[in-house]
Amino acid sequence: MTVFFSQLINGLSLGSIYALIALGYSMVYGIILLLNFAHGDIIMVGAYMSWFVMNQLGLGPVTAVCATIIVCTLLGVVIEKIAYTPLRSAPRISLLITAIGVSFFLEYTAELIMGSGAKVIPAYFAPKTFYVGKVPVGLTSIITLVVTVLSMLVLTFLVQKTKLGKAMRAVSEDMDAARLMGINVNSTISFTFAVGSALAGIGAVLYCCSYPQATPTMGSMLGLKAFVAAVLGGIGSMPGAMIGGIAIGLCECFVSAIGLSAWKDAVTFAILIIVLLVKPTGFLGRQVQEKV
Amino acid sequence: MKKMITRRNFLAAAGVVAAAGVLTACGGSSSSAAASGAASGAAASGDTIKVGVLGPLTGDVSVYGQAVVNGATLRLKQANEEGGINGKQIEIISMDEQGDPTQAVTCFTKMCDQGITALVGDVTTAPTLAVAAESADYNMPMVTASATAESVTYDAETDTVNGNVFRATFTDPFQGVKMADYACQKLGYTKAAVIFKKGADYNEGLAENFVKEFEAQGGTIVDQESYSDGDVDFKTQLTSILGKGPETVFCPNYYQEVGQILAQAESIGLTVPFLGGDGWDGLEGYATAEQLKDSYFCANYAKGASADFESAYKAEYGEDYPNGFAPLGYDAATTVLYGIQAAEDAGLEAGSDEYKQAVIDAIAGGTIEGLTGTFTFDEHHDPVKSTAILTYIDGKPELKEMF
Repeated sequence: MTVFFSQLINGLSLGSIYALIALGYSMVYGIILLLNFAHGDIIMVGAYMSWFVMNQLGLGPVTAVCATIIVCTLLGVVIEKIAYTPLRSAPRISLLITAIGVSFFLEYTAELIMGSGAKVIPAYFAPKTFYVGKVPVGLTSIITLVVTVLSMLVLTFLVQKTKLGKAMRAVSEDMDAARLMGINVNSTISFTFAVGSALAGIGAVLYCCSYPQATPTMGSMLGLKAFVAAVLGGIGSMPGAMIGGIAIGLCECFVSAIGLSAWKDAVTFAILIIVLLVKPTGFLGRQVQEKV
Repeated sequence: MKKMITRRNFLAAAGVVAAAGVLTACGGSSSSAAASGAASGAAASGDTIKVGVLGPLTGDVSVYGQAVVNGATLRLKQANEEGGINGKQIEIISMDEQGDPTQAVTCFTKMCDQGITALVGDVTTAPTLAVAAESADYNMPMVTASATAESVTYDAETDTVNGNVFRATFTDPFQGVKMADYACQKLGYTKAAVIFKKGADYNEGLAENFVKEFEAQGGTIVDQESYSDGDVDFKTQLTSILGKGPETVFCPNYYQEVGQILAQAESIGLTVPFLGGDGWDGLEGYATAEQLKDSYFCANYAKGASADFESAYKAEYGEDYPNGFAPLGYDAATTVLYGIQAAEDAGLEAGSDEYKQAVIDAIAGGTIEGLTGTFTFDEHHDPVKSTAILTYIDGKPELKEMF
């Protein structure tokens, strides 16, 4: 039973990281219907940033966390301005291919600059283990869970209760109508990218707490898993991304726990296929009427 | 059957060479500097003994190839500086096979055309297997520094030994057995768990043999966990291991993954010492002193074991020896020189069939005094030698003892 609860916590903390990244995916998809495949690689850049600040500059973890989030946010906005804005009216497939291109660009640039070996990210805080009854709970897991839930709450507040959130919802509903209503569509989209990328920055920090190595390709599988999580929960839906992420995390952990670790990814993607067959919009996705 | 494949490889390789403009395919260089360097008078071409040195000098695995080739070249140059073999200088013919089996065979046949009488190489397993198959036709004495797969020297299916092939490194199964013996006999562990990467010969080879030997020694394997290539999350497996309460965990994986595993083990409260194989070489940059406390791993060569070699390497190449492959390359060259010495003493003509056979016979029955220990060869042409067992003092690897 102790092992079961430990695995549950492992699954929840892994799932929270997927969820945070899936949120970024979902937000961007919700507003311009773009699968931003470069999203995972923003996390990679964030991880290197943490390494750079703590290992190379020798600064403290607080500075590293701030620098990571700021760099990720700026990177997201810059990518949007340079790569996606010129393609606003292009066919969606062009955007998608561009996103894949940006992803490769980031990966190979990182490999060129940093080399293909892993860089070890120093610990942000001293590892500590608490015991709930007999179940060991790592400080990392607790922080991961708490930060994810907080981010989720702040994000919900932002989208539902603020002016900017209202603008975001309006743009995602109908871009042209929103423009006619006097909403600055370009800055709203940029803001969405900024928030999504900031979430990626937080995700990068949490990821590095649990898995303290940065490699040039670390973002690609992570991004794919988060994409699966977003689709599973219903892409475009924020609670959906959360549910999808946690579901994938738990699923991976329990598949590994029963000794089928080699099948972990296969099970994850099989779930994706089944969900798409049975309920193409995901758990919480909206049924969208095609406009004629 | 085997022969046919060999021929086909050869033809394919020949085709590649032809297509690439015959001579440019191999980034080869005949190191005349070695022959002329310290040589006094005996550098006339008839008086030299040509030795091939083959390895990936560029490409993904060049970090190993360069180390092996540098180590081997250093040894051969030293032999020349000491006056050569019975007064004859060694002429080094080194080529770059870029980590590619086809390219390796091409380079090898080119070396044969240039008249080598023995080969130090190849470095990684796949090209070494290709060259080993080809070299049988020439009965070319061949000593690989670092290819650990059993099939390089011995085909278990047909129970045949590749008569002309030897290796300087210990094999994967051997490491697993050694670490199990060490854990039982020296460290007194009775309950161990194993975590290894599935689908990789190296990791599986070590793990399987550790399990077999540990149980044969009377210990209990409480849990065996595995993961797949590319995984970064090991907490699930480690949590299962923690639940079974082992005294130690055998973790025969490469250092980057071991670093992840140790960090995650610490975060879930699994604090027992870990054991590993030579894939741990370089781990100290990826784990903290606390995580490495009381951990042991085995290696061919422990840093500091031969100050002469390390300073000579630095003097020759302007940098510290990069990893354990360099001393193995050095030992592979020592092995080849040992064989050549015997053939020269017998007064045979370099490059002839009798000469090659004499080299092979001498190595098979010889005792080599290398940097990685003094070794002989068993019936499978694997070295019989002791292993360096290393532990960590303040997070830095230190030689504990030879075992």
